Amino acid sequence: MKGRTWKFGDGVDTDVMAPGQYMKLPIKELARHTLEALRPEFASSVRDGDVVVAGRNFGIGSSREQAPEALKALGVRAVIARSFGGIFHRNAFNLGLVALICEQADQIPDGAAIEVDAIAGRIHLPEHDMTLDCEPVPGFLVEMVEDGGLLPHLKKRLAGKPAAKETT
Amino acid sequence: MKTLAQKIIARAAGVPDVAPGEIVTCKVDLAMSHDSSGPRRIAPMLESLGARVWDPDKYVIVTDHYVPALDPESRQILQFTRDWVSQNGIRKFHDEQGICHVVLPEQGYVRPGMLIVGGDSHSTTGGAFGSYMFGIGATEMLGVLVTGEIWLKMPHTIAIEWKNAFADGVVAKDIMLYLCGQLGMDGGQYQAVEFGGSAITALNMQERMTLANMTAELGGQAGLIAPDETTIAYLLSAGVSTEDLGDLSQWKTDEGAPVLARHVYDGTALAPQVAAPHSPANAADVGSYKGQEIDTAYIGACTGAKLEDLRMAARVLKGRRVASGKRLLVAPASLRDQQAAKAEGTLDILTEAGGELLPIGCGACAGYGQWRFAENERVLSSSARNFKGRMGALSSQVWLASPYTVAASIVTGQITDPRILLGESA
Repeated sequence: MKGRTWKFGDGVDTDVMAPGQYMKLPIKELARHTLEALRPEFASSVRDGDVVVAGRNFGIGSSREQAPEALKALGVRAVIARSFGGIFHRNAFNLGLVALICEQADQIPDGAAIEVDAIAGRIHLPEHDMTLDCEPVPGFLVEMVEDGGLLPHLKKRLAGKPAAKETT
Repeated sequence: MKTLAQKIIARAAGVPDVAPGEIVTCKVDLAMSHDSSGPRRIAPMLESLGARVWDPDKYVIVTDHYVPALDPESRQILQFTRDWVSQNGIRKFHDEQGICHVVLPEQGYVRPGMLIVGGDSHSTTGGAFGSYMFGIGATEMLGVLVTGEIWLKMPHTIAIEWKNAFADGVVAKDIMLYLCGQLGMDGGQYQAVEFGGSAITALNMQERMTLANMTAELGGQAGLIAPDETTIAYLLSAGVSTEDLGDLSQWKTDEGAPVLARHVYDGTALAPQVAAPHSPANAADVGSYKGQEIDTAYIGACTGAKLEDLRMAARVLKGRRVASGKRLLVAPASLRDQQAAKAEGTLDILTEAGGELLPIGCGACAGYGQWRFAENERVLSSSARNFKGRMGALSSQVWLASPYTVAASIVTGQITDPRILLGESA
């Protein structure tokens, strides 16, 4: 996947991604306010394929799935952070949003062209001649990610289609 | 030698042993959603799969986030929830009875040794009963409802021990704020945090629930307390039979079981804590905030408005009044707790002091409804999270503290050590 980076700091919580007062609205309307407390221009300027980059504890707080859902609705394909809130990490993968743990995420500049190979766990920034390794998608989740998330994965399973890989 | 977490998860996975780091699939004993994470999210997904809930008797639904419904969207969400529950044979439906994390224990649904998932991050509250209960998102819940199972990466245990006893006026909320300050918002490392020590076992069940509840803020996947006589007494009074409880002696960490980390603290040394905007990890001794003026005190949420929490506030507020020009808002965590508080006079103490009684529910803590705090409003809250903009305008500021500290501070109008007022007659 290819896009541009949007850089954030530490402790970006799920309320900021899916603010409480908009939680009763459909995802498209909620997503207009995603991350506006930190970067008001984000929702209107983010492009399909862009990548969110953050520091420690990205996605802490509430288990609201609207947080990764809104990012996805806005076209974000992957989130790269030094660490993630545990629930957010699972929610992201379940929705087909790749969440990659990269210890050197702080080195990634804002607004940079970025290419991400999620399965291999490799990040390349062509404008900055930078290549970083991150923790690859856990093996047992690869099939789910390739299916596009838990719901399409379950659809396949329930339809009796053979699984490419057995989950342990 | 196994930890409590290992025993629960091994049983749920149907295997004799599970090593930390191992991926296992567990059968779920109970699943819970509320009006925000539940039917409105789950129903369309179930429909698209042509699937039904695997065991309707194992699914609990509670309305707490959109209650009371005062706008069309909230009303629609509640109505949808009620209709879906009725159409899908969900008997464990608790409508406007209180916040899910308080209602589930009240109903006797949460018991030692169970593997339980909840569609809310404060589902860790169930760990107070020695169950492995953790929060998940709606699509994850869909997976559980269709298969009756969930995958887990077996956690390590992080043992947190508090020796001796806490001083009068120092409570579970102070413990958790202190730990967030010491260990950080990822101190729990998404592992199983287990609390022990004489100061912990001296806590009553609702205080233990506060500990487990805020393990979410500590970043633990679960917050466990091994069951004991206190747990049994609560469960029996909640209508659970001794047969249903089974052999409780198995639900504890074995002496010498390996843990990832062990943190040992002295309960007597702990002072009341306050966490400054905008993170629970900004915790410091209450004395550091001496002189900080506040506009509003909020006694609310699953973390801070249970019967025990209301009693703490009442102990300080008895015979005292809310400072002039300030407000005290009280939103009890459950109908039962509100009724008990009313019957014993606790609620009247709060309202006579000038407290304003708000409806039962998540209310201002979640910031979903009409009680959002105003521009520049300074709030001292007994809830769990003070993230910027969560409970109100971006310029509003929320400090977190125990119900004792919140009550003492609204009497003086500034952040105040509750032990001062507890030591004086009103």
